[in-house]
Amino acid sequence: MEMKTDSSQASQGGYLTSRLDEMIGWARKYSIFQYPFVTACCGMEYMSTACSHYDVDRFGAGLPRFSPRQSDVLFVVGTISHKMAPVLKMIYDQMADPKWVVAFGVCTCTGGFYDNYATVQGIDTLIPVDVYIPGCPPRPENVLDGLIKLQEKIQRQKQEV
Amino acid sequence: MPGLTDWLKERFPSDVLETHAAHGDETAVVTRASLPVIAAHVKQDPAFDMNVLVDITAVDGLTMKWNPRFEAVYHFLSTAQLHRLRLKVRVEEKDAVMPTLTGLWPIANWFEREVWDMFGIRFEGHPDLRRILMYEEFQGHPLRKDYPYNKRQPLIGPRN
Ligand code: SF4
Repeated sequence: MEMKTDSSQASQGGYLTSRLDEMIGWARKYSIFQYPFVTACCGMEYMSTACSHYDVDRFGAGLPRFSPRQSDVLFVVGTISHKMAPVLKMIYDQMADPKWVVAFGVCTCTGGFYDNYATVQGIDTLIPVDVYIPGCPPRPENVLDGLIKLQEKIQRQKQEV
Repeated sequence: MPGLTDWLKERFPSDVLETHAAHGDETAVVTRASLPVIAAHVKQDPAFDMNVLVDITAVDGLTMKWNPRFEAVYHFLSTAQLHRLRLKVRVEEKDAVMPTLTGLWPIANWFEREVWDMFGIRFEGHPDLRRILMYEEFQGHPLRKDYPYNKRQPLIGPRN
């Protein structure tokens, strides 16, 4: 976002000019309420990313919500079985717009090495995905990288209000 | 010192078909009809004292050309005597039915449902023989060797 301040005016009360789209994007990308849909081992890495060592709160994504109605980003963390698939779809449908989806770990990206009868071969066969974070499990740095990419995407997009 | 399977052979000479031991764990292959009696015996006899049924599983010998095709496998543990015993029963494909052990160890309920779900071996006398891991809509038994490994039956999403 481009912030322009006129120093003479700013000193008298302050204002900045911006495009509304950019302003909303800036607000949205730094106030991500995530819904952690945690089903498997990647959850451990999700927890370490969320806790104080790596601290997702630095990126404004520190408050997970456990109601899809209150969340913006669906973090799908772990293997999704065909039995679980309808639940994932339902959670996604229950989230209010605008919403984004992060596929966390290779299981959610492609099914990973679970090329078998039980596992969904990538959650993008069920719901749209915005950011893929590979790794089995991804390291926290990788997760933060994915989060920053999501923020860039949120910033760039047309903001529906 | 005689092992557990030697005692079993002594008590059930015509029902114990084969025995072997590996790494200190003993295995006896027994006839299907005798399984409930032998299982009750290993639970109640103080020499065996198998208070825990650790697992029930099965093996599909299709690719190894077994005849009969399946083997049902029961693992027992005695937490007092600190010994283990494995019982195996050979099961024909055409007659893939086993007697239930739910009356002896309640946990057999879920184990037997799992073996039914994965291998398609039915358990006669089971109070509620439904699939436990897969969904009701699922067709077939995925751990059978003739189930194609890449065959998928999704509830939602693309089918192959
Ligand atoms: S990607 Fe690896 S760590 Fe993550 S859920 Fe799958 S198997 Fe577990």
